Amino acid sequence: MASLQLDGLSKRYGTTTAVERVDLAVAQGELIALLGPSGCGKTTTLRMVAGFVAPSAGRVLIGGKDVTRLPPHARDTGMVFQSYALFPHMTVAENTAFGLEMRKVGRAERETRVAEALRLVRLSHLAERLPRQLSGGQQQRVALARALVINPAVFLLDEPLSNLDAKLRAEVRLEIRMLQRRLGLTTLFVTHDQEEALTMADRLVVMDHGRVRQIGSAEALYEAPADAFVAGFIGRCNLVPGAPEGEGQFRAERGSLLPCDTANAPRGPAILALRPERIALSRGTGAGVAGRAVAVTYLGAQCEWRVDLGGTVLVVTGAAPPPGSPLHGLAPGEPVTLNWPASAARLLPAETLDDDAQP
Amino acid sequence: MAARRLLFRGAVLGAYALILAPVLSVIVISVFRQEIVSFPPEGLTLRWYANAFEKREFARGFVESLKVALLATAIGVPVGTAAAYGIIRGRLPGRGVLNTLLLGPLAIPGVVTGTALYLFYVRAEFWVDDDIKGTLAGLVAAHVLLTIPWTVRLVSATLTGLDRSIEEAASNLGAPPFTVFRRVTLPMLRPGVVAASLFSFIQSFENLELTLLLVGPGRTTLPVAMLNYLEFRVDPTLAAVATIQILLVTALMLTTDRFVKLSRVV
Repeated sequence: MASLQLDGLSKRYGTTTAVERVDLAVAQGELIALLGPSGCGKTTTLRMVAGFVAPSAGRVLIGGKDVTRLPPHARDTGMVFQSYALFPHMTVAENTAFGLEMRKVGRAERETRVAEALRLVRLSHLAERLPRQLSGGQQQRVALARALVINPAVFLLDEPLSNLDAKLRAEVRLEIRMLQRRLGLTTLFVTHDQEEALTMADRLVVMDHGRVRQIGSAEALYEAPADAFVAGFIGRCNLVPGAPEGEGQFRAERGSLLPCDTANAPRGPAILALRPERIALSRGTGAGVAGRAVAVTYLGAQCEWRVDLGGTVLVVTGAAPPPGSPLHGLAPGEPVTLNWPASAARLLPAETLDDDAQP
Repeated sequence: MAARRLLFRGAVLGAYALILAPVLSVIVISVFRQEIVSFPPEGLTLRWYANAFEKREFARGFVESLKVALLATAIGVPVGTAAAYGIIRGRLPGRGVLNTLLLGPLAIPGVVTGTALYLFYVRAEFWVDDDIKGTLAGLVAAHVLLTIPWTVRLVSATLTGLDRSIEEAASNLGAPPFTVFRRVTLPMLRPGVVAASLFSFIQSFENLELTLLLVGPGRTTLPVAMLNYLEFRVDPTLAAVATIQILLVTALMLTTDRFVKLSRVV
């Protein structure tokens, strides 16, 4: 039995659809990231689980029990808000104790559990402070402690790291993941940051325009994206519109003929997805796809080349060539040759490409 | 640039002088020795203060005003707070109309409201077969009208500024709606409610126009007592009474400001 289950969950506001038939089963102790651009419906989905938004259709089940019609306070969820939403007039300890108080936990047990939760987030020494006397990172940890201490059936996180600076974010990310693992919490995590989702989640749910595009592990989404949106959203990807032509060949709209994997390829128009790091670049002409370098960007450890194949431009990334190596000093305008294993170029169903899905 | 800044400062200073001049002159006049106010003073005296304390009508008026203002505030602020909460957080249709309606007493001249209430009280006395005008209940009911617009305005301003997710967090942690209001919303509204109470109290305490027709024998508020006195005599006793009022209100505002920064709410 899934710890959290969403059955055809939908939300419509008038004629606009915010969330369209989301199905998802989360196992006990699993961390699921809802990932997508802003406005994709991920936060609405989370708020439907918490009970702040009433679904237009579908059901929410927590521990097998239908909670769709229950008010937020009767659902056993613990949520961490983007703004932290700490009670400004209560101390750190009082904030943390609030959920236990509501559950009528006795004073002695309450104090023990609050102390334990604050120790877990390393804030024991600040128990008597008010939220406004804390830094952003500390407030964040109070919000975590407050939601964890009630040992909720489902742990909900709404972009909890977006208000932290980059360094703190990486730290807290690890901290949340360790706490979640240690306590075995079933977790739903909303983010628009793919790196955050890739590093933290057991499985990712990629959403766009209210629909689930694909559900899977980080590796599954990266190596076998279901469509061009997922391919472009998770990591960088060259997306070339065109159509398969014969065995192992793809004719780009702009004319180039590219090797690809045509096994179970769609018939007719398609999109070729090719990760930039899977392309091997060599200087001059030779066996492979001939092109011309149009831009070289040096990024320190990495280097990025843009190669024009006669109308179709592909991005190639790789380790920056050290002085003396054949690719060193490659200048825009030089002829180059590209090679990639046919299996690295996947054909995806053709659809209109969103701007934000481009590499 | 410097000239423009100087001009701006001059204008600000002028505006302040214009606002404060009457207040200051009242305080100055209250210690002039001569009965008919004229410049320069013939000397300084505290005799008018002694006179003000001797006149029973001022003392009685002060106590009456205090009673009415405290009761009106105690009734009007909770009612106004509930109204503001309903208007901002509720989903009832016609909230905009309700909001405008509740601010009405601010827009209608006090004399008009007073007359309307007087006529209404006369009619209502037939129905209930008891006195309403000239009673404490009648006066308090009228003054509640004065406190409501201030409360609705100040509390809704505070409520609008609150992060909704704080209340959501409370219900997420298991608090039913009324507990959320009592434990989280209301404490966060404290600055607005305190400011509303202060302004409601002052509004009621100093009100003359609306009160004028509703007072009865032996039940006169301080502003009405002052007006009555003015009908027969013009001497600095009134300035002395006014000065005491000014000092009381200033003390009240300064004390309140120590606990709630009024400038952040109003």
